[in-house]
Amino acid sequence: MLAPTFQELILRLQSFWAERGCVLQQPYDLEVGAGTMAPETFLRVLGPKPYRVAYLQPSRRPADGRYGENPNRLYKHTQLQVILKPPPDDVQELYLRSLEAIGIDLRKHDIKFEEDNWESPTLGAWGIGWQVMLDGLEITQFTYFQQCGGIDLDPISAELTYGLERLAAFLQDVDSIYDIVWARGADGHCVTYGDVRLAEELQLSVYNFEAADVAKAWQHLQLFEAECKSLLDSYWKLKESNGAPGDPSGQVPLKRFPLLGAFDLCLKCSHIFNILDARGAISVTERVGVIARIRALAVGVAKAFLDQQQAPIEAPSPEHATTSIHA
Amino acid sequence: MPDLLIEIGCEEIPARMIDGARDEFVKRVHDLLRRERLLNGDPSRNHAFSTPRRIACFISGIEARQPDLKEELQGPATKVAFKDGKPTAAAEAFARKAGVSVSQLQTITTHKGEYIAATVVRNGRSAADLIAAELPRELNALYWAKNMYWRASKPERFVRPVRWIVAMLDGEVLPLEYAGVHAGNRTRGHRILHSAEIAISAPSVYARELDNGKVIVDSAAREQRIRKALDAATRAIPGARWREDTELLKTVVNLTEFPGVALGSFDRQFLSLPEEVLVTVMRDHQKYFAVEDESGKLSPHFLAVLNTDRDYDGVIRHGNERVLRARFSDAQFFWETDQKIPLTERVEMLRNLTFQRDLGSYWSKTERMRGLAARLTAALNDGETSVSSRSVDEAARLAKSDLTTELVKEFTELQGVIGGLYAKAQGIDTVAADAIYDQYLPESSDDAIPRSVEGALVAIADKADSVAGMFALGIEPSGSKDPFALRRQANGIVRILAEHTLPLPVSIISDAALAQYRRSDELRGKLRKLDNAPDALAAFFRERLEFYLRDVLGFAYDVVNAVLAAGSNDVPDALARAQAVTKVRETDDFLAISIAFKRIKNILRQAQERKETSSASFDRSRLVEPAEQDLGNHVLETVRQVQALLPLKRYEEALAAIARLRPVVDTFFDKVMVMVDDESLRLNRLGLLATIQLSFSTIADFSEIAAGS
Repeated sequence: MLAPTFQELILRLQSFWAERGCVLQQPYDLEVGAGTMAPETFLRVLGPKPYRVAYLQPSRRPADGRYGENPNRLYKHTQLQVILKPPPDDVQELYLRSLEAIGIDLRKHDIKFEEDNWESPTLGAWGIGWQVMLDGLEITQFTYFQQCGGIDLDPISAELTYGLERLAAFLQDVDSIYDIVWARGADGHCVTYGDVRLAEELQLSVYNFEAADVAKAWQHLQLFEAECKSLLDSYWKLKESNGAPGDPSGQVPLKRFPLLGAFDLCLKCSHIFNILDARGAISVTERVGVIARIRALAVGVAKAFLDQQQAPIEAPSPEHATTSIHA
Repeated sequence: MPDLLIEIGCEEIPARMIDGARDEFVKRVHDLLRRERLLNGDPSRNHAFSTPRRIACFISGIEARQPDLKEELQGPATKVAFKDGKPTAAAEAFARKAGVSVSQLQTITTHKGEYIAATVVRNGRSAADLIAAELPRELNALYWAKNMYWRASKPERFVRPVRWIVAMLDGEVLPLEYAGVHAGNRTRGHRILHSAEIAISAPSVYARELDNGKVIVDSAAREQRIRKALDAATRAIPGARWREDTELLKTVVNLTEFPGVALGSFDRQFLSLPEEVLVTVMRDHQKYFAVEDESGKLSPHFLAVLNTDRDYDGVIRHGNERVLRARFSDAQFFWETDQKIPLTERVEMLRNLTFQRDLGSYWSKTERMRGLAARLTAALNDGETSVSSRSVDEAARLAKSDLTTELVKEFTELQGVIGGLYAKAQGIDTVAADAIYDQYLPESSDDAIPRSVEGALVAIADKADSVAGMFALGIEPSGSKDPFALRRQANGIVRILAEHTLPLPVSIISDAALAQYRRSDELRGKLRKLDNAPDALAAFFRERLEFYLRDVLGFAYDVVNAVLAAGSNDVPDALARAQAVTKVRETDDFLAISIAFKRIKNILRQAQERKETSSASFDRSRLVEPAEQDLGNHVLETVRQVQALLPLKRYEEALAAIARLRPVVDTFFDKVMVMVDDESLRLNRLGLLATIQLSFSTIADFSEIAAGS
């Protein structure tokens, strides 16, 4: 039996999780460093509402780029992200069954769950968990989220992050990511990972390490940050001007306030920070400060978002709201 | 006398935490049983079990019930309880409360008078109920380095979610519930090799029944099995041995339930990489055992410990070889590309690497280390040592440059080692290269220390800079909190000074380290505690020296107190004094003279409280009694002897000379009264005693020596 192609691997994992009640989402269409940063994880794990989602997330890490020359490292790798909120009691067994679904006969392999706790200072998030080892290869990060955006989670969520390139290289037994068969036609013709992505790895490595305009990137960072901050300020001002809860008179609907837009701006900042970092443009003294600034945005969005979730659903009154936002 | 079995089934517990948690769990169960009188003396058989998915304990011969307790309850005074021989309402109320009839009430006599009383029997609770009620509290109290919430809106935290509990008293299941899990008699076997649940028929056959479920629940048995499997696998290569590694063995024992071993190999070309790199990849990253040939050289093989006993068609071996090949290829790539930029050019790159948020970059640290190391080298060379100041400076300058290499970014635990290897490969002199290699030593109290004095100085400069900087920021270790491992670093300095016998006073090291910070315009403003740092550092190093002498070297606590009271600034000297005091302390003369010193100390203190100033001198001509004249003469003679011996550090002889004063001191205290009315006599005698105290306390403060031990 042929090992699954890269796209078959994706399809099988997606249908496995779809069959277990997950919403199949599309990758988030902004640059993120990990699936965790996509709103389907970062925002959905907040608050009490149960949710199950699975999505592919191309994850960009500018400093990890290797001009397409390293067989094991990528600027942009592909994660399959699964969020189970709250996690079912048999979450580990479910996960193991997903491995069987992609053709791994567990009885013929060595599987271990080794301690590996996850933490993201920029997101104010951390969790407890394992790296799942398959014959000595780390194939999944399995995390029980405990905190996100500086907020204690209740219920917690289980996050499963599959490293798809690694899994595919393992299943196809190839030594270079670029040799992974991405798609195989009916005639047996193969399109490889290299065919699909090598140029992107090379050119974006050049961009991130050599070409990105540092001065402009700093400007972008400042602009995105300023806009994000002013949105967050407006949210709280709006909330305050609405007066005491339970008094519907003259309220502007909080629900239509674009906090999701604020979060996009925060993600933009994070990616630009990563580019500046890859460019070697962030000095010692700046580095800690910039991370703290982005963290403040992420934490600010999380706090406001949680508040917005708890806001009552009001009748929309568009004119009023628009003026308030830019007050 | 039933047997007890408790098993807590859990998602995979971190390997590093299993042994400690298991031992604590078993102790808690034992303590609970003793406290509740369910266990008397030592159980005839008991056993602690653990695997990644469970901790368990078996205890045989516990009580099925607590023994009944007879208790006497005291009621109101007899004269209140009975009026004219008839029970009052008070007596009836008391009887009701105690659950006896009025006719069963007794009279007792206390020191306050006569009272009525009732004897009641408290029925012991059954072991099953009691354990079920009390155990959840013990589980909640179990220590985990890191724990988690998992159930919505539920307060309990455990290392990972608890998934099942077995709790049995012989064949009976205890009505125990923890974290929403009801105890039963069903456990789980190996995750993959035995998916069905296993019903345990009795506590005593727990381990055997789990065996059938492909779980070796006794960790010692698993270790044996792994050792045998490692031996067997290695036999395939003639003359080879697997490299013993206690820590690694402990880890893999706690990562497996039914272990097996796969022997794999790698391409010989990777053997051109430094052994340090190969072993780190195999041990720290892949948890493989290294294999060596007859001559002790690394052979191109590895041993992976699996959580399964069979490797069908070598699939698992093949997978592990693939991973190792990728790791080694990466390491080789880094090894080659890193060297395109030599360490000397990498120093500048350190400007972009933070050492500590408020202490600047590694470039600044490098500059401080150079200044500090130069100062320490000069201090040493003032004496008779001859240290290559050029090599020390070269090593200090390049020490941190390997932090910019890809290899160290990938294998952080090899910092320093990589720098040393690169330095050698890049033609840096061997002394400097070895000093770079050794700069982080010792990392623990049983780790090696830097091989050369040059290495020692660089290592001290590195650690002293960190410790002094943190103290200047006001970040000091307190209690169990020491996030920057300042204690470990200070312990390292103390050990290096002691074992290299470096006569570098701790105060010079601290002052020189702080002076480097004082010089920095950039940092000075942030160092809020710069002015307090010298005193705080002196106290901190004294405490670390005390720890070293007492806990690492095992000197008696009173010897350490006596020695440190006489000075803690010169580490090797304090060590030499502690050795000398230890040698003479058991002699009769020495113990007696210690008592005399206590007496002297007391007399001088009392005099001082009465504002009697006594300078440490006396007028020989005004010693009137023969006993004090005799003491005066002997003291002067002994002072001369001791003064001659001290610079030569012949402390044992000096102590013997002091101890020989014993008879004249004893006679003095027998015959002479110090606190006489005649002021000039009194002050002269106090002066004599003060001379003794001052002259003979430079090796140790004898009054600290515990008598009669």
